Amino acid sequence: MLVRAHVLVCGGTGCLSSKSEQIVTRFNEVLNELGLNKEIQVIMTGCFGFCEKGPIVIVYPDEVFYSKVELSDVDAICTEHLLKGRVYQPKVYHDITEEDRSKVTGFSQIGFYNRQLRIALRNCGVIDPFSIDEYIGRNGYEALGKAVTEMSPIEVINELTKSGLRGRGGGGFPTGTKWKFAYNNQASQKYIICNADEGDPGAFMDRAILEGDPHSIIEAMAIGGFAIGASQGYIYVRAEYPIAVERMQHAINQAYEYGLLGKRIFNTDFRFDLEIRLGAGAFVCGEETALIASIEGERGMPRNKPPFPAEKGLWGKPTVINNVETFANIPIILLNGATWFQQIGTEKSKGTKVFALGGKINNTGLVEIPMGTTLREVIFDIGGGIPNQKKFKAVQTGGPSGGCLTSEHLDTQIDYDNLISLGSMMGSGGMIIMDENNCMVDVARFFLEFTVDESCGKCTPCREGTKRMLELLEKITSGMGTLEDIEKLEKLAHMIKDASLCGLGQTAPNPVLSTLENFKQEYIAHVVDKKCPAGVCKELLHYRITDQCIGCGKCKRNCPVDCISGDKREIHIINQLACIKCGTCQTACPVHAIVVD
Amino acid sequence: MKTLEDLKKMRDEMSKKISLRENKNGLRVVVGMATCGITAGARPILTTILEEVSKNNLTDVTVSQVGCIGECALEPIVEVYDAEGKRTTYAKVTKDVARKIVQSHIMNHEVVMSNLIQSFK
Repeated sequence: MLVRAHVLVCGGTGCLSSKSEQIVTRFNEVLNELGLNKEIQVIMTGCFGFCEKGPIVIVYPDEVFYSKVELSDVDAICTEHLLKGRVYQPKVYHDITEEDRSKVTGFSQIGFYNRQLRIALRNCGVIDPFSIDEYIGRNGYEALGKAVTEMSPIEVINELTKSGLRGRGGGGFPTGTKWKFAYNNQASQKYIICNADEGDPGAFMDRAILEGDPHSIIEAMAIGGFAIGASQGYIYVRAEYPIAVERMQHAINQAYEYGLLGKRIFNTDFRFDLEIRLGAGAFVCGEETALIASIEGERGMPRNKPPFPAEKGLWGKPTVINNVETFANIPIILLNGATWFQQIGTEKSKGTKVFALGGKINNTGLVEIPMGTTLREVIFDIGGGIPNQKKFKAVQTGGPSGGCLTSEHLDTQIDYDNLISLGSMMGSGGMIIMDENNCMVDVARFFLEFTVDESCGKCTPCREGTKRMLELLEKITSGMGTLEDIEKLEKLAHMIKDASLCGLGQTAPNPVLSTLENFKQEYIAHVVDKKCPAGVCKELLHYRITDQCIGCGKCKRNCPVDCISGDKREIHIINQLACIKCGTCQTACPVHAIVVD
Repeated sequence: MKTLEDLKKMRDEMSKKISLRENKNGLRVVVGMATCGITAGARPILTTILEEVSKNNLTDVTVSQVGCIGECALEPIVEVYDAEGKRTTYAKVTKDVARKIVQSHIMNHEVVMSNLIQSFK
C-alpha cells in the first residue's frame, strides 16, 4: 500500500514539553484502529520554529497546519481529516480574515512563514532527525561526496570564501578565511570543532538545528575536516540539551554505519572521526579558547589571543571552531554554489540569519530571514507585533553582549555592520522585544546580572568591574542613585570594554551603554525624580488610594503585611513604610481606586 | 555507501518517499470520501489513483481526499483541479476509469469524456 499522507509532529524541545511525544503515540493508536496505519505515516520532526503555537502538527500533502494541538484533538483529526478528508477547522492556524482563507492553499502562505527564507533550517520540521535516509533524500551528504571526490581542499575553501559566509555565532568572521589560516598551518594533526555551547538567554537556534537536522552538522564538519586537513572533529555541546545530544549521537552512529564517517570516506584516502564533548553550560565556554580548555579537561577559561586557534588550538594543534548555524549553511553552499549564496543578503553580509524571537511579541519562535530584512518586517510582519495593543519600545539583539535599539531604528536593514554601527550586534541571534511596560534600566540590570554570574574570574576588569557596575545599577533601581552614579557607570563600562581579556568582558557593558545612549531620560527619572516610568522597579513605586475609594475594606483584608488602615465606608490609607509593593490591593479593589505612581 | 553514485541512487529513492512534503504546483486530484463516497467504493478508487500516480513517477501531483460534494447518487466522485483552480468532475468512477483519469487526463491533458458528471444528468 502506498503512503498517501504524512503527519508531521514537531519534536523540538518546546513542543516535546507540551506533550508532543504522547500526541505521536496517540496518532499511531488511532490510525491503527481506523486501519489507516499503512497508508498514513506519522513522523516526529525537528522544530518548525513557530513555538508560540505549539504543539504543531502538519498534514501533507494538504499542507494543513494544526496549532496548539492537545491529546484530545488527535481522535478528531484522525476521524475527520485523515479518514473522511474534512479538515478539522477548530485547530487550524489562521492569521487572516475569513474571506481570504479560501485563497490560501497551504500553511507556507501564512504571515509567519511567507517572508522567511530557510537555508540553515531547511530540513528542520521537514525530516525525521533519526533517519539518515530522509536526510539523504534531501540531497544530504552529496556536498561531502562532491568535495572529497571532485574537489581539492583549497577549492572547497575558495568556494566558501567566494560565498561570503560569515560566522553565525556572533563575531561574524569570514568562514573561508578562518579555514584558510588552518589550512596554511602545517601540522601532524589538526582539529575541527563545532561550537554548540549556545548560552545567550533566549537564543535556541543551535539547539533546533542539532535536534532537527543533526546530519547537516556532521556533513559540514567532515567537509571542514577535508578542507583544512583534520581527521578528528569534536562537537562541544552543553549537557543541558539532552535531546540534542541524544539525536546527535544517534546521527553520528548512523553516519559510521553508512561509511560517511570513519576510514576511506567515498572510497578515498580521507578519514574523519567525530565525537561529542559535553560542557557544563558555562557561558564563557562559548569563547573559543575557553571552549578548547574545557575540551582538554581544564577549567573553562579564555587565554590571550594571538596565537589564534587556527595556529595553536586544541592540544596546541591548528584548530577551526565554527558555530552550529555556520556549519548548517556549508553543505548547501557547496551544492548550489557560491554564486547562488552571494545573491542572498546585503553587500557585506551574505545569506540568511536565524533569529529567536522572544519577549513581548505575538509569534514567539525561530525565524530565518535574508540579511537586509528590516527590524520592522521581522517584528511586525513575521512576529505579528506586540500583544495587548501595547506600544513597541525597544528590541534587544545579541543577548548579554548586544544592545537595545529603539523605534527610530526599526527600518534598519539587519546585517552585521549595521547592527554594530548602532551599538548593538548580531550575536548568536537572540531578539528580545520590549514594550512600554519594560524598564530599560531594569533590562540592563538583568543582562549584567547574567554576565556577573557567568564571568569566569580570570581577568580583573570583568570579574570586579561588572560586579561594581551591577551594584551601581542596583543602587539606581532602588532609588538611591545619583547623577554621579550614572557618570561612574559609563566610565566603568568603557574601561571594562577596553581592558577585558575575552569577548565576554569586552561586550558585557553593551546593554548598559546602549540603554544609556538611547534611554538616558529613564536613568535620569530613576535618580532625579526617583520614579520608574515603566512601573517596574519596585522600590520606586508608590501605591496610593484615591478618593474613588468606597471603603469596602477588600484591600485591607487582602494585604499580606497589614499596612492598609481605614474605617468602613471611609477612604483607606496605605502605610508607605510598611508596604512591600506587591500589588495585591490593586487587584482586589473593585472600583480601581488604587493607583501606582 | 562507497561511491557518490550509490549515494545519488539512494537519494532518488528516498526523495520520492518524502516528496509528499514539498510544495507542489501541478494538478490536484481529490476523491470524495464522505459516508456516501466510502459506501459507493471510493477507497479502492483512491488506492488505484495513488498506485497509478506513483507507478508513473508523477511527483508534482497531489492526491487527497475530501468530504461530500452533494451529489451522493453519483459517487464515487473524483475531481481534478488544475494549477489555476479550474476543476473537472468525474462521477461513478470505477477502477478502470480511475486509471484512465491518471493516464489520459493527468499525463496527457485529455479529459475522460465518458465519466464527466455532466453525462449523468
